[in-house]
Amino acid sequence: MQMHIWQNNRMALPKMNLWDIFALLLTVTLFATIAYSTKQITAPYHPSQLLTIQLSEKYLPLYALRTVFRMLIALSISLLLTFTIGTLAAKNKHAERIILPLIDVLQSVPVLGFLSITITGFMLLFPGSLLGPECAAIFAILVSQVWNMILGFYQSLKTIPEDLKEAASIFKLSSWQKFWRIDVPFAMPSLIWNMMMSMSASWFFVVASEAISVNNQKILLPGIGSYIATALADKNRIAVGLSIFIMFIVILLYDQCIFRPLIFWSEKFKHEEDETERTQQKMPWLIALLNKTRLLKILGDYFDTFTYQFVNCKWLLKKKASQEITKAKIIFSQMLIYFWYVSIGMIVALCVYFLSQFIFQTVTLKEASHVLLLGVYTSIRVIILIFLCSLVWIPAGVWIGLRPHVAEKVQPIIQFLAAFPANLLFPIVIYFVITYHLNVNIWATPLMILGTQWYILFNVIAGTTTIPKDLKYATVNFHLSGWLKWRRFILPSIFPYFITGAITAAGGAWNASIVAEVLTWGKTTLMAQGLGAFITQVTTSGNLPRVALGISIMCLYVLFFNYIIWQPLYNMAAKRT
Amino acid sequence: MANLIELRNIKKIFKKDAEQELLVLDNVSFSLKEGEILAIVGRSGSGKSTLLRIIAGLSKPSAGQALYQNEPITKPVPGISLVFQDFALMPWLTVLQNVELGLEALGVPRKERRQRALKAIDTIGLDGFESAFPKELSGGMQQRVGIARALVVEPEVLLMDEPFSSLDVLTADHLRSDLLDLWSDEKKKNNGILLVSHSIEEAILLADRIVVFGSNPGHVQAIVKVEIPHPRDETSPEFRKLVDRIYTLMTTEEKIIGKGKKEIDLGYRLPDAPISQLIGLIELIAEEQETDQAVDLPKIADELMLDIDDLLSLTEVLDILHLAKEAEGDIKLTEAGLQFEKADILLRKKIFATHLLMYVPLVRHIYNILNASHNQRVSKKHILTDLEEYLSKDDAQRVLRIIIEWGRYAELFAYDDSSEELNLENPE
Repeated sequence: MQMHIWQNNRMALPKMNLWDIFALLLTVTLFATIAYSTKQITAPYHPSQLLTIQLSEKYLPLYALRTVFRMLIALSISLLLTFTIGTLAAKNKHAERIILPLIDVLQSVPVLGFLSITITGFMLLFPGSLLGPECAAIFAILVSQVWNMILGFYQSLKTIPEDLKEAASIFKLSSWQKFWRIDVPFAMPSLIWNMMMSMSASWFFVVASEAISVNNQKILLPGIGSYIATALADKNRIAVGLSIFIMFIVILLYDQCIFRPLIFWSEKFKHEEDETERTQQKMPWLIALLNKTRLLKILGDYFDTFTYQFVNCKWLLKKKASQEITKAKIIFSQMLIYFWYVSIGMIVALCVYFLSQFIFQTVTLKEASHVLLLGVYTSIRVIILIFLCSLVWIPAGVWIGLRPHVAEKVQPIIQFLAAFPANLLFPIVIYFVITYHLNVNIWATPLMILGTQWYILFNVIAGTTTIPKDLKYATVNFHLSGWLKWRRFILPSIFPYFITGAITAAGGAWNASIVAEVLTWGKTTLMAQGLGAFITQVTTSGNLPRVALGISIMCLYVLFFNYIIWQPLYNMAAKRT
Repeated sequence: MANLIELRNIKKIFKKDAEQELLVLDNVSFSLKEGEILAIVGRSGSGKSTLLRIIAGLSKPSAGQALYQNEPITKPVPGISLVFQDFALMPWLTVLQNVELGLEALGVPRKERRQRALKAIDTIGLDGFESAFPKELSGGMQQRVGIARALVVEPEVLLMDEPFSSLDVLTADHLRSDLLDLWSDEKKKNNGILLVSHSIEEAILLADRIVVFGSNPGHVQAIVKVEIPHPRDETSPEFRKLVDRIYTLMTTEEKIIGKGKKEIDLGYRLPDAPISQLIGLIELIAEEQETDQAVDLPKIADELMLDIDDLLSLTEVLDILHLAKEAEGDIKLTEAGLQFEKADILLRKKIFATHLLMYVPLVRHIYNILNASHNQRVSKKHILTDLEEYLSKDDAQRVLRIIIEWGRYAELFAYDDSSEELNLENPE
């Protein structure tokens, strides 16, 4: 039985170069600009007057629905961006050069830190209404999922077999037809899987982004995240438990009604070479149920007609009048390319100038080095966590993976656990830390990995199940056992899978540090020493230049770890398989 | 008879970078007449497939012209369709949808499209498979879909790129004869087929004329008319005679290019020849070669069931290494070749090593670099850069891979994949 793994699309990118530095520069400048431009203007805004969250349980389903709705809007926008930006990067090499490094950097930006900056921007855009925070929340979900989706789609497009593309040209499919008949179907299995992974990660952010403190104001959006935040402030244990339960139901429904059927359906798009890797999945109950009714057939027919009309849409079929390439056209396109690179060069110069101005005006060198030091604390936490988790989950995962019937049952559960927003479980830990006066610097740490540790377990199981039977027999035949068996057989077999899982877990831990290093229960707030706590602190007090500083430094740390540790390990693993 | 396709002095150059160019096709001229089946045979890397792609409008010639109905081909045109070696079916479309795809692109109304597709599926013998997905079908059935898809747009010229080489022998035979039957109908409409073939027998079975391609760069070496009436019998003397003649054409050509006389240089495009196949071939030739008698190449190809271009790659390497001599469709082991055959494993390695150093400049080059360097190491990249002066990036990689395999076998040098370095060390 072969299984999906939790992929990390970023690591499979081509080698990085100077363009990365440019992308980094651009991103950091972007934060600085937003911070700079919103520094002077603080819009009067009193959301508490607009809205209060009702802790009565009858409102809870409604709040849950709002949360889900937010999620779906973000997903639709993500899909649109995936199709456009992914395609652009795959088809145009000039665009590719800047899009890929930019995504690489943006993926390292801590989404929650980002939120505090964007929320100010959106609030200015829609003064006095909830639309501002609403947009900011959707934006946060968007940026937490869209990069991975774009990269996944881009990589699919890059691997379309040459002969399929040739067949499409021979039969004269238009670009529009090609996109829907070749590009999208080819990318479908990975697109669906990436969407699911991205959405799993997003639940965390949707919950976190609904209740946020900016400028010493608590902004609450109607939703399950703000419900639990209110419950925490009220020390209402029943409400906390209730919201955890409701979230559990929501994710269960989402998993069973949307993604199981979608993944089952996407199997048919797999290229024949993947035939051996096909997941022998049981038909999801929902599809089985619908198959019995006539509904699916009727819907299917409508869907067919619709897609046909869509793909063969008349006004998009029109061929370009002349295919002739005149000399003027060549010169024009060359000038355009030249212009493109010149403007990139100019942007670089502007960024450097602006950044140096901005940083030296508002932030002292001493403070920057202090923030760097805080980053060291958080990095140590991340490293220790990954190490401890591996110590626990590698043996556990291998044990499960070697027993296919157990693996089959356990993997969906882990997938579910990975999707469950861990921040909903924080209150339980917080309660204990505060009640028993535990050291917050140590005991807040596990929260960072609470949600992302599952990626490691998930991939170790998947890796173990892919070990060929023959190899297992061979190790038995040669009486391999004990440490030797682990060193020569098991660890090397699962290594690539483990690395991909660990990369994802580490990335998630950085992000989670922003909410995990500050614990609140009622009026008590405990703060650990770390970069995440720093970002939360400056966000709450509305100190935007420092928020920009914090984010930039976290971004640098994540990139640094990617290049120094993860990328080499990933390359090594990729070579062995 | 009028020409469907006419090629005039086609030249194809692949630009590697601003300075370096690689000549793939040189001065290719021939034509495809109405109602004709034309086959192209040649060694691997003689640019056959490149030429087919130029005719299909997928690639542009660097010089010269490819004409279809006296119009230059600059992009894919509706009158020409292509059957692919590995079928190139869309795995997410059913048989019917795959066949309909070309019509859909032409904007044929839905009803007519369905009708024509069903008819094409009928003709090629795919009845009952309309709703199947490609992966449910065997290779032979998949290629039938490929042919139906190509025929449904009613092309005047059908291009086929080694259409039967991915199939097993029995299936290929069956599909070939079905194609010939189908063709006798199409012929009345004066349509033509241009087929790149991997086997000389196949070419003779199907074609009215055979274009024999020479390599480095690809060029037309000869055009042979096949005047045996259908149905052709593979065992008939005239058939065998023609097979021999084409083999002779394909092997003598190498002499003119001058391998025997001129030493090969550093940038020689060494063909793919795995060690185990080379040794296997030597042993086979020794077995067949009774008392100084040269062995017939077609016979060996038959026995090994090897594609012509694969076999010629092997014999070419034996020739370069002076382990065998190939000429006029025959091959014969040299003194060294016979000695190699009789030797044990260690001695074989020694003989192979000596011959590599003597006759393959690239091996000599690597060996010298390794001995000259202070730590007896050299990076793979360094050698690749040297090779890329002569070869395309892909070819350079391929040639180096072959050289590393040979070098490892001969124990001349070792290669460490994790550091990507060649070295002189032996593993402890």
